[in-house]
Amino acid sequence: MALQEQALPLGGVAPDRTGKYRTDHLLVADMIGRGSKVLDVGCGDGELLQLLESRGIDGRGIELSREGVNRCVARGLAVVQGDADTDLVNYPDDAFDYVILSQTLQATRQPKVVLENLLRIGRRAIVSFPNFGFWKMRLQLLVGGHMPRTENLPATWYDTANIHFCTIKDFVELCDAINVKMERAVALDLYGRPVPLNLPWWVWNMFGEQGVFLLSRGGVGK
Amino acid sequence: MTNVHPIPSPSILNEDRAHEADHPTSLVAKFGMDQPLKLDCGIDLAPFQIAYQTYGELNADRSNAILICHALTLDQHVANLHPLTGKAGWWEIMVGPGRPLDTDRYFIICANVIGGCMGSTGPASTNPATGKAWGLDFPLITIPDMVRAQAMLLDRLGIETLFCVIGGSMGGMQVLQWTAAYPERVFSALPVACSTRHSAQNIAFHELGRQAVMADPDWHHGRYFERSTHPHRGLAVARMAGHITYLSDAALHRKFGRRMQDRELPTFSFDADFQVESYLRYQGSSFVERFDANSYLYLTRAMDYFDIAADHNGVLAQAFRGIKTRFCVVSFTSDWLFPTSESRALVHALNASSARVSFAEIETDRGHDAFLLDVPEFFDISRAFLESAGKARGLGSVGGG
Repeated sequence: MALQEQALPLGGVAPDRTGKYRTDHLLVADMIGRGSKVLDVGCGDGELLQLLESRGIDGRGIELSREGVNRCVARGLAVVQGDADTDLVNYPDDAFDYVILSQTLQATRQPKVVLENLLRIGRRAIVSFPNFGFWKMRLQLLVGGHMPRTENLPATWYDTANIHFCTIKDFVELCDAINVKMERAVALDLYGRPVPLNLPWWVWNMFGEQGVFLLSRGGVGK
Repeated sequence: MTNVHPIPSPSILNEDRAHEADHPTSLVAKFGMDQPLKLDCGIDLAPFQIAYQTYGELNADRSNAILICHALTLDQHVANLHPLTGKAGWWEIMVGPGRPLDTDRYFIICANVIGGCMGSTGPASTNPATGKAWGLDFPLITIPDMVRAQAMLLDRLGIETLFCVIGGSMGGMQVLQWTAAYPERVFSALPVACSTRHSAQNIAFHELGRQAVMADPDWHHGRYFERSTHPHRGLAVARMAGHITYLSDAALHRKFGRRMQDRELPTFSFDADFQVESYLRYQGSSFVERFDANSYLYLTRAMDYFDIAADHNGVLAQAFRGIKTRFCVVSFTSDWLFPTSESRALVHALNASSARVSFAEIETDRGHDAFLLDVPEFFDISRAFLESAGKARGLGSVGGG
């Protein structure tokens, strides 16, 4: 299934010292307080959810692929089969403290609508996605003249599930356009290390292999 | 004349079935005139009895009880030999030491539904007012009535909260009714291959089955027991039609194809030339050995009436508002009787109620009956769900602690 690809660990993201969890998952988990109620949209085989549960966080998941869902359920996780594009509308407002969209935004048909839904059903949203502004991507298009493929995103343009790639800069602009407040932003380099915070945006957009954002609803009337 | 082989008469005697209906070979809880069962049709049923089986041990704090709700044509004999047929229990693959419903850890209860014919009061039981079988004098019962009777049984057993309620098909309907009616008494729920309401197609199949029974001249308006007959041909036809709906085109093709039964060539008759015919006739004739025709009418009707949303102003999510029960909903890809779309509607409603819900659709070509068969993925999911619910409930590991 389409999203399964997304569920695979990103090859370039370094594992933590114990080797048990991905760096971006640990980063996401660190943003969430104990006892919070969380929905992980596109939860793959439940790796992040399991990390959250181990930290006393009440986690639920949605996953598109049947195989992924069944692996999650067999791990004892509360996961349902569903599609981010069509099924988020079924959740009531403010149902969760956090809604996570990890490495899935670029595979949705309507990223803007999905993002709006995330912040309707969750008071906060955590979104991570591969940065198409990453220098390696740019180089492939500029020099190679073809659609970029990396070790983390190996699919060819004609069989990829990723239909809405964006750069960190694009995403920031979308957040502005729909009045979403960016509470925290972290770019991870090819090795899963955070790009230093004191560097300007264009550096992030160039050297961040992926971006992780903690979002909340913006104020009224912006 | 062209050769015809009718469904044979049952070899188990009417008297034996009647005896089992009143004096079951299992535990029985009897409720007197002072404890009527308040039926949805407005009648107070009293006295009445509930026949049930248990497996495993109830722990000291009474927190490890699992209630199995059985499907339309099954009974309380989950994991022991059937008293009438002598066959193995219908869910031995699921229930026993080390099985997903581990009798070393959980206290398992299964009660024959009210309206059934294996010892809980139903149309085959003796009506105390007449000394004869109830027949069609028995009041119409519903899925909520079945669950209300089970709740009275649990009160009798001193079990306040169930660790889990599990069941497939009509059993799954009871599971959902349990969570809607007694959410605080259900810690976790595992509804399998079911729906929150019976579909028009399913009602249609049930009507077909009922008409087959009623068209049998041996039915005698439900008073066949007084004439020492049993509408076994009508009931067998009902079972055969039902059985087709429990399978799938792919499963029938894989199992039988167009293969012939013990012959090379067609006999140019209405004999069971094809294996699939022979199989269906076997299903029909073995069913009538153990099941009461009137009971089949009542239980199919109970399923037809089932519609949880209708009982909650037409809004399904209202039935589960604020519910704390942990759900694991399971459906099977090839089940066309209770298709995945029905389970998905349930899951949407549970999500809208912020319930903790897992939902797995299991890929199999074995149709609706997959929940009764050897489907390892279903076992794994059930086991893991109970494991994680057990952790949340503070159940120890082996030993039931």
